[in-house]
Amino acid sequence: MTLAITRYSPRSFDKIRARCAVAFESWIDANEAEIHAAVALSDIRPVVQSLVENGCRLASVFAEDRIASESSFLLYHLFDHPGDSRFLLVRSSIPASNPAFPSVSAEVPAVNWQEREIQDWFGITAEGHPNPRRVALHDNWPEIHPLRKDFPIDTVLPPFEGEQHVYRPTHGEGVFHIPVGPVHAGIIEPGHFNFAVAGEPILYLQLRMFYTHKAIEKRFEQLPVRHAVYLAESISGDSSFSHGTAFCQAIEAAAGIEIPQRARRMRTILLELERLYNHVGDIGAIATDVGFAIASAHASRLREFILGVNEELTGSRLLRGVVCPGGLRRDWTGQQTEACITALKHFEAEFADLMRIIRSSDSTRDRLDRTGTLHPDQASDLGIVGVAGRASGINRDLRRDHPYAAYGEISFDVPVYQEGDVLARLRVRVDEVDQSLAIIREIAARLTPGPHRTSLPPLPPDRIGLGAVEGWRGEILHWVRTGAEGRLERCKIKDPSLSNWPALVEAVKGNIIPDFPVINKSFNLSYSGTDR
Amino acid sequence: MFHIFQKSAQTGLVTFGYPQQPAQIPAQFRGAPAFDFSVWRDARPAAEVCPTGAIQIHDSAARRTVTVDYGLCNYCGECAEADTSGAVKITQNFELAVRKRGDLILTAEYALSPDGNSTYLGAPGPDFRTWDTSNLNQRDSEKLGAPGLDFETGEASNPTDAGAPGPVFGTWDTTTFNPSDSEHESLELKLQQKIHSLLGRSLAIRQVDAGSCNGCEIEIGALNNPIYDLERLGIHFVASPRHADMLLVTGPVTRNMELALLKTWRATPDPKLVIASGSCAISGGIFGINYATRGGVSTVLPVDVFIPGCPPRPHALLHGILLALGRMEQRESLLHSPAINPRTR
Repeated sequence: MTLAITRYSPRSFDKIRARCAVAFESWIDANEAEIHAAVALSDIRPVVQSLVENGCRLASVFAEDRIASESSFLLYHLFDHPGDSRFLLVRSSIPASNPAFPSVSAEVPAVNWQEREIQDWFGITAEGHPNPRRVALHDNWPEIHPLRKDFPIDTVLPPFEGEQHVYRPTHGEGVFHIPVGPVHAGIIEPGHFNFAVAGEPILYLQLRMFYTHKAIEKRFEQLPVRHAVYLAESISGDSSFSHGTAFCQAIEAAAGIEIPQRARRMRTILLELERLYNHVGDIGAIATDVGFAIASAHASRLREFILGVNEELTGSRLLRGVVCPGGLRRDWTGQQTEACITALKHFEAEFADLMRIIRSSDSTRDRLDRTGTLHPDQASDLGIVGVAGRASGINRDLRRDHPYAAYGEISFDVPVYQEGDVLARLRVRVDEVDQSLAIIREIAARLTPGPHRTSLPPLPPDRIGLGAVEGWRGEILHWVRTGAEGRLERCKIKDPSLSNWPALVEAVKGNIIPDFPVINKSFNLSYSGTDR
Repeated sequence: MFHIFQKSAQTGLVTFGYPQQPAQIPAQFRGAPAFDFSVWRDARPAAEVCPTGAIQIHDSAARRTVTVDYGLCNYCGECAEADTSGAVKITQNFELAVRKRGDLILTAEYALSPDGNSTYLGAPGPDFRTWDTSNLNQRDSEKLGAPGLDFETGEASNPTDAGAPGPVFGTWDTTTFNPSDSEHESLELKLQQKIHSLLGRSLAIRQVDAGSCNGCEIEIGALNNPIYDLERLGIHFVASPRHADMLLVTGPVTRNMELALLKTWRATPDPKLVIASGSCAISGGIFGINYATRGGVSTVLPVDVFIPGCPPRPHALLHGILLALGRMEQRESLLHSPAINPRTR
């Protein structure tokens, strides 16, 4: 394990701008967290290339429909850089008369799906995309573009007809396909996996997601902001609090408000509790998938324990109904904080016992070691985020690189492994459990009495804001533009799963089919977060 | 190996006694809101803050009808915070599962006077359980404008007649099966008894996610952990619908999952039970009914039991599953004490 070095030259974007071959139309230091720049549509490819060559990462690409006010679509490329605690948001304008933009997926495969989503949802062509097939809408859907403003959300679509998706054929002696899903064998979400196998080893895996697409981004445009928080919590149930917080941060950035210190610290504690219950659950799920029932039983018992801690602090096992723009809806008492810390002390001892049991099993180690390897160079090309990225050498954690909530107050280790296998992903989780416990203890000690929320002023229209949270799975981004009457004009959501599904495809290659469940579990991606 | 035995001995028995014993639930838990309609002078503040629209107000002339839909509620507790009259309280009640969708809806009528005050007139029926559900089905019929799939064949029921609202199961031939209400109820009862005798003691469940946020999956998965240990009740989850007696369905039923859900239902041998788990599986929940969702399992399949919650906690799921098996009645007297159940008010 290599521990993170605090790397800080906070203003590296300014230097990169000077080195950029292409001139930006504008460059505004919007606030402490964001730079807003604009480029001509024709300059996108050179700008992206130049920024990526200078070490920037293209975190997200998204669009919005501004036909009514500007007769154009707006396209956004969001970058970050290890040497800058700000995000760089590059805007370009696409005329409504010619809805097309230059694709950068060939150079930056990380945005492959995201560019295709723009095609599907807005009807804007990604020119030069190496694989421009539909991704977000299945092939049997009619030609609709749901995120355009002239498409009513309650449109009634006719029954679907025709092929739902055409999979790449496989030929050869002894080569066959194993279709799995969308209804899977376990208690998990729906998606279709199409394996091409030769004997037991997997030749390649084709994914078909978006079975759970339920128009969430469009739905955000219907709800008042205070109700939309609950929708944010329902993007991915296991990340309810992280998604809720990312959304609230975006709203707070748009409103230009600071939340009280106590609220920042309370959010930090809850974010870490969410990480704890999911990480320990995943450790148990990995044990399940290698047939280690006793470890799995202990892990699921510990997960239940943390869910109980969640409920005792907030009234909700999944930490729902707690976060709100301006802070938190509910406070808790000093007694509750103490009870939480005592409970976590018990958890820590139990977790150590669990890990002793798992580590004592050579057969478990044998199943995990060098299984489902994602090489660091692949991970970096695909823009893999979160746990999966850190297990494949990507030293990135928004908590440290773009501090939010109370993470700026403290220092903690970011575990990074180079191996990229299931074992490395397990180790990242185990190390992060230890770090989370330390973070909660430290923040709880600083949790002084004070206001837990500040009131949200009426939101003026046309403000934009970005919320970025390192959820337990990885980077969660919410970007909002406010509209009239306290509603939202647009809410873009990027769940880490959307970035990480292509990693699964690479990681399973050459592995045997019976190892697929454990490889899949080691990523544990959200279908609902991907499909929205 | 030694660690493993040592740990097991240290840990001991961790399984809860529910449902034989009352559930141990933290005092902070937010269960169902309870409404004292007779002192609830003004429902508007609560209705305004309700994120899912579970509290609805309909004014006509001098009358105001207030409905509360537990099948749409996401149990956030905002209504109790917004209401100043003290008529809305958050209870610890989680045993909300019912057999009829209409049983999840409370309704109250008020007389409106010109000065803006309202006077409680009572509920429009002796028991809300028997209340006419035509209002409720309004939501259903909205989405029924969407042409459905025939749930026997999985094919488009009537693609040429896309816009016409029709009965829930468009292709059911109602001319040959049209019993009177009492006959219908006794038939239903007999069928239920038959199902209970067949499946009541040992049950295999196939869980189907029809587009949920995965919150319900977290709680359903928890039923397998040593705390809830579903298998002690003879109930277990199976990998194939062919082995299943019951489908436990979550999610608002996305258009993309509709056919898969139907196929799973058809692959499940008769007799079978269907449970809709979670508010979005009951009504579409916060996602509503839109171009990508159907708005609840009952728009696609006949549902035996509805379990409200967002998500329903494991105890609530267990309660709903046992209710579907007819095993809950035996415990009715113990578990439905008036103190915790807003519906027995």
